[in-house]
Amino acid sequence: MNRLLRNRELWLALAILAVLVLVTTRFPRFAQPSNLLTIFNDTSILMMLALGQMAVILTRSIDLSMASNLALTGMIVAMTNAAFPAIPIPLLIAGCVVVGAALGAFNGILVWKLDIPPIVVTLGTLTIFRGLVFVISGGAWVNAAQMSEDFIQLQRGYFLGLPVLSWFAIVVAVLFYLFMTRTQQGRAIYAIGVNPVAAVYTGINVGRTKFLAFVISGAISGLAGYLWISRYVIASVEVASGYELTIIAACVIGGVSIAGGSGTVAGALLGALFLGVVNNALPVIGVSPFWQMAISGAAILLAVVLNARGERRKGRVILKKAEGVA
Amino acid sequence: MTDLASTGRRLPDRLDNPLKSAVMSWESLLVLVALGIFIANSFASPYFLNAWSLSDLTFNFAEKGLIALAMALVIITGEIDLSVASIIALASTLMGLALQYGADTPTLVAVGVGVGILCGAFNGWLVTGLKLPSIVVTIGTMSLFRGVAFIILGDQSFKGYPKDFAWFGQGYVWWVISFELVLFLVAAVVFYILLHRTNFGRRVYAIGNNPTAAQFSGVRVDRIKFVLFCLTGLMSGIAAVLLTARLGSTRPSIAQGFELDVITMVVLGGVSILGGAGSIIGVVLAALIIGLVTLGLGLLNVPGIVMSIFTGTLLIVVIALPILWRMMRERRA
Amino acid sequence: MGASVPAYLPNLSTAPCGWSMMASLCLKLPASGAATLWKDRRSNMTEPVLTLSGISKSFPGVRALHDVSLELYAGEVTALIGENGAGKSTLVKILTGIYQPDAGEIRRNGQAIQLPTAHSASEHGITAIHQETVLFDELSVAENIYLGHAPRNRFGMIDWKKMRHEAQLTLDSMAAGIDAGAPLKELGIAKKHLVAVARALSVDAQVVIMDEPTAALSQKEIEDLYVLIELLKEDRKAILFISHKFDEIYRIADRYTVFRDGEMVGKGLIKETPQSDIVRMMVGRSVDQIFPKRETAIGETVLEVSGLSHPTEFHDVSFAVRKGEILGFYGLVGAGRSEVMQAIFGMTRPSSGAMVLDGKTIAPRSPADAVEVGIVYVPEERGKQGVITGEPIFKNVSLPSLGKTSRSGFLRMAEEFSLSRTYTERLDLRASSLSQNVSTLSGGNQQKVVIAKWLATLPKVIILDEPTKGIDIGSKAAVHEFMGELVAQGLSVIMVSSELPEVLGMSDRVVVMREGLVVDTLVNDGLAPETLVRLAAGIVEEQAA
Repeated sequence: MNRLLRNRELWLALAILAVLVLVTTRFPRFAQPSNLLTIFNDTSILMMLALGQMAVILTRSIDLSMASNLALTGMIVAMTNAAFPAIPIPLLIAGCVVVGAALGAFNGILVWKLDIPPIVVTLGTLTIFRGLVFVISGGAWVNAAQMSEDFIQLQRGYFLGLPVLSWFAIVVAVLFYLFMTRTQQGRAIYAIGVNPVAAVYTGINVGRTKFLAFVISGAISGLAGYLWISRYVIASVEVASGYELTIIAACVIGGVSIAGGSGTVAGALLGALFLGVVNNALPVIGVSPFWQMAISGAAILLAVVLNARGERRKGRVILKKAEGVA
Repeated sequence: MTDLASTGRRLPDRLDNPLKSAVMSWESLLVLVALGIFIANSFASPYFLNAWSLSDLTFNFAEKGLIALAMALVIITGEIDLSVASIIALASTLMGLALQYGADTPTLVAVGVGVGILCGAFNGWLVTGLKLPSIVVTIGTMSLFRGVAFIILGDQSFKGYPKDFAWFGQGYVWWVISFELVLFLVAAVVFYILLHRTNFGRRVYAIGNNPTAAQFSGVRVDRIKFVLFCLTGLMSGIAAVLLTARLGSTRPSIAQGFELDVITMVVLGGVSILGGAGSIIGVVLAALIIGLVTLGLGLLNVPGIVMSIFTGTLLIVVIALPILWRMMRERRA
Repeated sequence: MGASVPAYLPNLSTAPCGWSMMASLCLKLPASGAATLWKDRRSNMTEPVLTLSGISKSFPGVRALHDVSLELYAGEVTALIGENGAGKSTLVKILTGIYQPDAGEIRRNGQAIQLPTAHSASEHGITAIHQETVLFDELSVAENIYLGHAPRNRFGMIDWKKMRHEAQLTLDSMAAGIDAGAPLKELGIAKKHLVAVARALSVDAQVVIMDEPTAALSQKEIEDLYVLIELLKEDRKAILFISHKFDEIYRIADRYTVFRDGEMVGKGLIKETPQSDIVRMMVGRSVDQIFPKRETAIGETVLEVSGLSHPTEFHDVSFAVRKGEILGFYGLVGAGRSEVMQAIFGMTRPSSGAMVLDGKTIAPRSPADAVEVGIVYVPEERGKQGVITGEPIFKNVSLPSLGKTSRSGFLRMAEEFSLSRTYTERLDLRASSLSQNVSTLSGGNQQKVVIAKWLATLPKVIILDEPTKGIDIGSKAAVHEFMGELVAQGLSVIMVSSELPEVLGMSDRVVVMREGLVVDTLVNDGLAPETLVRLAAGIVEEQAA
């Protein structure tokens, strides 16, 4: 019971539920299943990105380049589609994942082989990747008219009552969950975050594991690149500008510790969903969308205060009478 | 048993030659890079070697450079402040709001600087009072501060700042020497003395190298960190005054992305992102280098977004080169 | 288990593992394991399992190891002895695949092997239990035991159920009393050691390296560990035991190898070698007296603590320390001694109680406050809390005294150098210059820097928390002698120590703590070690007899 009360994911789920209930009391249509599915679908891309970011944060690193990676891969796939509409979409998607992973690998190599702090590396690639979007596109846009029908429609199709985009998020989440909990590499990602020194003695290659985390976040960014472009049917230099911080916000709200080693798949997903629900609720209750930014900022601060409360060391329990109380 | 009293050994102050270590330092590498870019620029564009275009240079880095000076200290203590650009946005917005109520120039400056300090104090309180990691706190306040600016302004803008206010961002003290440049140089000297010549600076380094041991050595770690966040807020407030005066208008999206440029300057200047090492001279040189690159590429009509590729690459290359060099030397040894 | 048990030790029933468990441990072994066991027993006892020869390793500017050799035998404990900086840790890192030797050869059962990574070391059956137990706090006990070699299901995925079950079996076979599903962070340091041992058992290691395993343990926990070591010996493991403590080396080791300044200076059988010979090999000189006797006039009460309490750590702690007195604090590790000291030093805030220094009530809210009134603290965790790693010696020493060396807040380096020189030379600091980085100093010399830093503030009360933990004999003697000098000059010293000889040799009075409470305060007038151990462990007289 005590453990249940300390369960961060549970509290977050309750918070999301509270927002839903609150909005629904005023606007009953908000909680209609179709609207909830829309919110889920709207948040799918953020959920996937939050998982990628979580893998990196768990290793005591950070990936500030995810949004730029997304924009670059998105532009590449949009231009490829515009130039060669005949290339089948699954092949394009695979290409996106590979390109994204390669960009992530570039980050990872610098962190692994040269031991440059991840925040410095991804700060650099954040600007480089976005600059490259401009270089390859010449500053031009790729718009709906230039994209093929399949390219735009694939994610809008339905399978078992859910949009394909949502299925992408579900499949990525399931695979990611299995990877993080059931494989040696997944556990290594946790282990190096908890105690890098012990990880070395356990035979884990810390640098290579970080590299792997960056490849994962890169691959997810790449996939998100296609999904984002085909969803908003525009590819430009500005795509997802500043979104890297929203991704990190989702992780923080989801209880992923920025100090590494602690965080769950469910937490990251719920953190993203929370932002999705709030963003969808604002226009419904008639609040200007300009409030969005301040609210997510406040949510981050609140989440980190609450997380710290839960994690705070109360000192060692030495006194017999204090046992079980603390 | 060793005899404590009779050892006549005298420990020397230092063994290495300070001159030699100065020559082999990061700062001298930065000087070389700056010279290289300067020479390349003067070959690339006939307009470069001109007093007025060189003077333009200062507008490219002075505002960010001012913040970088304070940010360097924050990063040396092992913390970070990502909210600086949002502080500019909020300070500028509130200056605009004050303007709507008929504030005069001194009041506008006071509002800008005051808001900066208050925002910094808020960050500082969250980090030291509530013991939260600064990277998350300032990602949060980054959204919060700019978010408040958006709530106030929406997609509107404030215009119509008084003429004498514009002088802060556009005025010249003497000939081609702009007020921004003078302010930056004065601030650089002040920060140099603060970091390298005072007890405060010494404690800043101690905290960065080992915060726990620093506290166990009687250093008031939280108090110093709080002061540094306030200081960064102050510099952001000053930058807000300069930038608003220079642009003559306020939008909530003002100074977007500045925080990353500022951090790039600091890291390029040789400040360790892990804390404990760095110098003000390095940061000043890095600010100059970024200004030179921006000016040079600007004269060649290279768009801003492409310049960012250069800045990003410069950041990674300048950090990576010494590491690669060391690795190669170790491999040979 | 033929070693003689000193009379003052608690009876074996209090140890976590009884005799009966040995059988269960053997039963646990798979059939193939039993066969190997039998074969090993038949093989020539004098054939080493692991042989190192001609090992050399240099770092830029430092020759860590030069042409050293070492042999480890199945079912025997080999003690690796040497002062700090003798090259022991470098050797451990080579054996565990963290460092690569520049020259030399490692043979396992006669065959040359390479250990390019930590993983390859564990594949060759070499495992290490480290000084600072290197485990993962956030992960479960089971995962700590099986990380890197977890059982898989038929899809190649980690089988959590099986992993937890097998971990529990191993722990139960050690009678550890640990739930395999619990998060590791909920365990105390001694239990974490048991988890580390369980991990060593689970990888089926043939060579177990114990790097100062008792450094953080109390006497009772050390006894428990000895029992485990006997078990590992029974299980035919070859054990490399690294320690500074002669009593335990003579207690459990069969062989010894001594390193000095990166070279092997002697090896042999413990039984055949008197302690004084090993000490001589170790330091290259003879150490006659470890605990200098001293005579000081004890004056008035300087610091009086009464009723100091904390919600979870300690309750109603009262004591007084007088001018010229060394007040010892003895107890098991985790008895709350360091916690009391850190509260006095202003690191944590007590919930109630009073402190009076020189007749004035004090309530330090931070270490800075405590230093201002004249209370200083030499922490146990030297690297984390003591020295500012990465900074030179003089900046470490002058840090708390900057108010004195500076002029209106501006630094005066010349003053800092002269202050640092005065105090470091009094402590006979071994360094090349005052600008040498403290992280390049040995543990003993780092400790001298910490003490010098505090002496420069001219304190009234100096608290030393495990002052000689993990430092070499030479520095240890210097620290002890210096403590004598301090009280002779009228300082008051509070010394927290888990080393009985140190407590008995140095203290004027001894405060014994158990589970956050002061159980007794005794005058050290020929105090018997048994008394202290009994009080600290909470053993009632009849039981001990």
